[in-house]
Parts: sequence; structure tokens; C-alpha cells
Amino acid sequence: MSLTPEEVEKIAHLARLGVDDAELAEYAGELSKVLGLVELMNAAETEGIEPMAHPGHASNRLRDDLVTESDKRELLQQAAPAVEKGLFLVPKVIE
Amino acid sequence: MASENSSPSSTGTSATANAQSGAWEVVIGLEIHAQLATSSKIFSAASTAFGAEPNTQACAVDLGLPGVLPVLNREAVRMAVCFALATDAEIGRRSVFARKNYFYPDLPKGYQISQMALPIVGRGKVEIVLEDGQKKSIGLTRAHLEEDAGKSLHDEFNDMTGIDLNRAGTPLLEIVSEPDLRSAAEAVAYARKIHALVRYIGICDGNMQEGSFRCDANVSLRRWGQQELGTRTEVKNVNSFRFLERAIEFEIERQADVLESGQAVIQETRLYDADRDETRSMRSKEEANDYRYFPDPDLLPVEIDDEYIESLRAGLPELPDARAQRYREDYALSDYDAGVLTSDRATADYFEAVVTDGRVSPKLANNWLAGEVFARLNRDNLELADSPVDASALAGLLIRIEDNTISGKIAKQLLDDMWAGKGSADDLIEAGGLRQITDTGALESMIDAVIEENPGQVAEYRAGKDKLLGFFVGKAMKASQGKANPAQLNELLRQKLKP
Repeated sequence: MSLTPEEVEKIAHLARLGVDDAELAEYAGELSKVLGLVELMNAAETEGIEPMAHPGHASNRLRDDLVTESDKRELLQQAAPAVEKGLFLVPKVIE
Repeated sequence: MASENSSPSSTGTSATANAQSGAWEVVIGLEIHAQLATSSKIFSAASTAFGAEPNTQACAVDLGLPGVLPVLNREAVRMAVCFALATDAEIGRRSVFARKNYFYPDLPKGYQISQMALPIVGRGKVEIVLEDGQKKSIGLTRAHLEEDAGKSLHDEFNDMTGIDLNRAGTPLLEIVSEPDLRSAAEAVAYARKIHALVRYIGICDGNMQEGSFRCDANVSLRRWGQQELGTRTEVKNVNSFRFLERAIEFEIERQADVLESGQAVIQETRLYDADRDETRSMRSKEEANDYRYFPDPDLLPVEIDDEYIESLRAGLPELPDARAQRYREDYALSDYDAGVLTSDRATADYFEAVVTDGRVSPKLANNWLAGEVFARLNRDNLELADSPVDASALAGLLIRIEDNTISGKIAKQLLDDMWAGKGSADDLIEAGGLRQITDTGALESMIDAVIEENPGQVAEYRAGKDKLLGFFVGKAMKASQGKANPAQLNELLRQKLKP
């Protein structure tokens, strides 16, 4: 399976990555190779094998339902470019 | 038995006819987001309390700062499994969290942690009662755990959007129904059923105004007999059951108009505008949704074993359907009364506390709770839990009706006084000298006076105008200041008025 430059452009846009025209062809080639590897793995016999969700081979640890985080708004908002009335400000988002 | 019977307050779904729109069969599925009633967030130890100052409950994990890792809240898992048990659903013994990728400023990580291929709750079902009393089983496709996003405030600043991330990371259970619903009324009945269930088992407070219980409706039409589903639209922004019904009704009419004019329905998300009572297309996103789900490498699969499931099953409360059946069988209540009383756990608990020692009949308790108490709660905009008259206080009042100490009419006045905090029923009866007059001699002298004063009406009555009895009852009751026993009064009057 091989990707077209247009498909690469779409994927880049979904990930909000800037990719110029020269790079599109290069990435199309590299990503196609990755898909080729996936195709190779697809051919493996997996009948009766439980799908793996994580290579850790363990199950999740859970935490008790306790509130231990205190308000650190002032500290956490120091890195924000714009803040007003306790809100983070971002360029106007119009739905 | 009581002399007063107030009718139960009417409830719920409007009487609007189902807009089946003639040639079209309506197909509806609901997606309900129930906010789980945990203290802390699903993957962080920040508080989920509603109404805090912006961003004071958003910790480094909720903000998606570099280096943080999510740790799953045990309570969220427990609540999801309880939901599965309450809806007879399959339980995902091994469920997996996945990343749903999209960019929006109120989603700091650039992805929402959700579940895709392996949700914690699989196929289940609930039963709803249709308007004609028929029962219908509605399939649940799945329910999965996920985190909520933050809130965007578009109107407060000129050319900026304000972001409050307090809600980011709040645990949600997204409950997806099969497309089994065939009208707006069915959709509302189903949503109400899920609402009652999640509150019953204590996993969600159900507050729709605060967004704790949100419904999105997938609506499509198809020709009768057609197998494949028509193109659907998703209706969002519905924050009450009434709006859910109206939004779906509007959408059914709109789609019918589109199809009948020979056009095609466009698959899109539409927002309900309650002020205009219409749905509007959201400006379509520049890209079709392409969320590129993949398993979240920060979280391991959640494994649930039989021992855990059985321990939760043992702790489940009696569910509404079973409780309603018990009310019909043990208390001889009607389907309707049993349904109203059990639709909410607090109401059912209150009711049972009133009838528990057997001194108040279930029918009387139902009439007073569903009628008088609910009317006063609605008037004062109170929840039953905040009622100034609790179950034992109401029982104290109703016992005095049952033993003929007071009439129902006096009891209503007493309930108002009790509501205002003036004391218990017995204290008020004593202080006000309200004990019902059952002394025949005293009643007879009052009746004699009434007969004396109204010779004209007496003559008419004796000439056959039976319905004048009510006139005499009223006069005599007034003379007794409402304290006469109505049944006894009737009987004595009949005797005295005999020609």
C-alpha cells in the first residue's frame, strides 16, 4: 500500500504539522514503507491470540477516589501567554 | 379510611402526538453522557466539585503538562460496572483506553482519553413504558468511560476565547443506545429511564442544568418497510427532557420536509436553540471527523474479575422496575402510582418510610406524597431531600387521618403549618383544639341549628331535591369549624332530614 502526497497532506493537517511540497513526496515514501511493514504483520496467523493493548503485560493500577490536588492556578498559569479573570485566553474560536 | 383524596400530580411527557410524519418511520438512538459522581477526576486527584472559580480545580494532569501520567480512579470503574449490572449488560472483563485525537482549545492534550474497541460495558437493555402502557425493551449498544473536556467561553472577551479547565478530566460514562426508539416520546421515556437508573445506583446526580446528564439524539427517517437506515443527523445542546422532545419533534418535521421535497438529508451535527425551538446546522468542521483512535500507551488494560463483579452485585440497591412490581403486589398500588413513586429513589424511600409501620395505608400515603407534598415542593422549588416535612412527620399527620382524629381538610391546613415549621401534627392538633368532633350530641345540636335556620331548603330537600344534602353538609361543617367527621355528619344529616 502506498500513500499519495495528498493523503500525506491530509494526515499532516490533522496533526497540525506544517509540511512543504518538497517534503510531501519524501514522507509519502517513508510512510508507505511503514504501512508495508503493517501489511507484512497482517499476514501473520493470529487466530486464537488475544489482541495486545500494551506491551507491559500487566493490568492497570487504580487509585482511590481522593482529592489531594490543591489549587495551584497561579503557578500553573505563569507559563500561559494570556490570562484574564482566571481564564486562559486563546485566539477567538468560532464554531 | 380518609375522607380526602387528592389526585396524584400529573407528570412528564407532553401529550403531543408522535410526529410519525405519515410516510416515514422515525428511527432514533440516544447518546447520553452521564457525569460520574466521584470526588476526584477520572485520571487525576483534582476535585470535580461544580461551580469553583475558573481553573482552580485543574491540576498538571488535567492541563496535559509534559511528563504527567494518568492514573485511573477506582470509583469510576466501580460505577461503570454497577451501571452494567443495573442494565443487564455484558461487562468488559478487559477494557482498554484509547486516545481520540482532535484539536480544540478546551482539550489541552490534543486528545481525549476514551474507550473504543473494548469498552467497559457491552450490550445491555432497559425496559420503557410507552404512552399506551405497553412495555418495550430498548437495547444498549455499549457504555464507555472517558474524560470530559474543559469549557470555552466565547462571549466574555472581544477577540479572545476564555478557557476554564475545571471540567477537564471529569469522569463520564457515555451510554449509547441501539436505534430502537421510534418517536420523540419514546426517546424521552428512555432518557428518563436511564436518568432514574443512574440516580438510583448513585453514580450520577442527574443534574441536567449543570450538565451532569447530557443527551444527544441521532435522528433519521426511512420509508416504512425499508431495511437500511436513512441518513441521520445528530442533535446536540439539549439540557432538559422537554427540550429533548421538542428538538426531536422539530428534527423529524424538518427531515420529512427535506425528503418530501426530493432532497437528501445531510449527515451533520445540529444544535437545538430553545429560544427559537428549532435545530440549526453547526457550521461544518473544516475536516470530516477523523479521530485516529489508538490504544493509550499511558494506561494499561483494566481487568475485572468475577469476585469483584459479584461483590458489586450484592451491594446494588433494589432497582426501580423490581421496586414498582413490589409496590403493585404488596401495596396494591396502580401501575401509574407505582411508577411515579419508584422513578426516583428518594421518593420511594420517603414513601416506604411513611408506610413502614403499617399505620398509614399505602393509598393514603401515595395520595399525600404525590399530591400535597409534591405540590408544595414544586411551589417552593425544593427537592424531596430538603422537604421541611420529613417522612416521619408526614406519617404522624396521616395517622391522625387514619384514626379519625382529624379530617383531610384540616390535615391540609396542618401540613401548611408543619411546612412552615410550626410543630408536629400532634402538637398542632392539641394547641389548636382541632380534634375532630365525633361526639354525636355535639354534632346533632349543630345540625339542628342549621335545619332551624334554613326552613326553605329543608322543605325542598324533603320534596325530593336530594342534591341539597351537600348544602347542609357544608353549613354544618362550617359551624363545626371543619372539625366534624364528614362521614358521621352525612349520616346524621340524612337521618334528621328524613321527612
